[in-house]
Amino acid sequence: MAAEGGHGPASSAEYITHHLKNLQYCKTESGDWVWNECAGNFWTINVDSMFWSVFLGTVFFFLFRAIAKKSSVGKPTKVQAALEIIVEFVDSSVKDTFHGTSRLIAPLALTIFVWVLLMNVMDLVPVDWIPVVLAQWVFGIPYMKIVPTTDVNVTFGMSFAVFFLILYYTHKAKGPLALWYDLAMHPIAPSFKGPAIIAAPLIILFNLILEIVALFAKPLSLSLRLFGNMFAGELIFILIALMFSGNIIIGAMGGVAHLLWAAFHLLIVTLQAFIFMMLTIVYLSLASEKH
Amino acid sequence: MDLNATIIGQTIAMIVFVWLCAKFLWPYIIDALEERQQQIDDGLKAADKSQEALVKAAAEADEIVADARKQATSILDQAHSRANEIVADGKADGVKERERQLAAAKAEIEQEANRAREELRGQVSAIAIASAEKILNREIDGKAHDDILGKLAQEL
Repeated sequence: MAAEGGHGPASSAEYITHHLKNLQYCKTESGDWVWNECAGNFWTINVDSMFWSVFLGTVFFFLFRAIAKKSSVGKPTKVQAALEIIVEFVDSSVKDTFHGTSRLIAPLALTIFVWVLLMNVMDLVPVDWIPVVLAQWVFGIPYMKIVPTTDVNVTFGMSFAVFFLILYYTHKAKGPLALWYDLAMHPIAPSFKGPAIIAAPLIILFNLILEIVALFAKPLSLSLRLFGNMFAGELIFILIALMFSGNIIIGAMGGVAHLLWAAFHLLIVTLQAFIFMMLTIVYLSLASEKH
Repeated sequence: MDLNATIIGQTIAMIVFVWLCAKFLWPYIIDALEERQQQIDDGLKAADKSQEALVKAAAEADEIVADARKQATSILDQAHSRANEIVADGKADGVKERERQLAAAKAEIEQEANRAREELRGQVSAIAIASAEKILNREIDGKAHDDILGKLAQEL
């Protein structure tokens, strides 16, 4: 589609790389803020990712709040019932897994589930609709990735928040030294009696290495799982979209492929949102469990 | 996929949204849910209670009806026996009254008969004397046959 336009990229490789680029805004070494010349610069904001993620978060908040405000105890409307299905689903997931008493875990899980779901659902919007409209008719914006969860920064940002919460809950449940104790004394418990004490430092070192890796693997796997699934899905949508620039038969096949992949992707979209939420609950539940 | 400051932005966004959700969203929804659960629970309990009360009331009503029936039967029995008694009493009274009246009537009749007999006797003796006087006046002195005539009157 984009290939038909005069401003569009010429080859399919260009088409793909164009679709994988974020709209970026960064501070250069000279102190100026510039658009889209940000390779290797940490102080870069992926404006499209941030915009869509905050936009969808706002949609989530105000939509749910509008429904919740109008909610009635005695005679729920259909919309309210739908919202309550989601809330009860999240609430029961939390209650099944998290046995502590936290007022934060359930809203956290709800936010994660609905927000990630909304961000993932953006994947089902055909890849060229919004970018082409923005690029050619509205603002002349050159890059626009509308699925925030295909941006590794976004998924990392969320898993970092979860990581901090893991540390916070460990600290809260077991005191300041518990984290280090957990890291040093698992999975092999060192013995401090008799001659075995010689081996204790080695065991502790081994434990530390193993457990620190395990600790950091939690947010890493959490974010990379979501990112990988959504990125791959998006890439396949882009490849399918490439078929639309071929002749009418290839285009028709592309249409069928798009429908099939969208149907399948619908599962991935929901599943990944659920997995992100569920793993967050599990990690926080482990963190706040007492020995 | 460069790592950049978007991570920080997204972390902040997430903290903000989770805070918003925990503060302004979750309590409303979950309170409404819990309130409804409570209401449903209360309603079911009330239904159970009223069911129990109904059963109890039905049993009580049965008892009352049975009592009333028993009372009615006993009252009826009493009434019957009283009626029988009254009838029996009446009969006895009637019999007595009849006997009394019969006896009175008999006595009166006897008295009347006696009186009539006395009267008749007097009259007969008077007639006999008168007739005897007339005969004797014609034939002989009446004084010679007075004792015979007296005896005759006595026999009548």
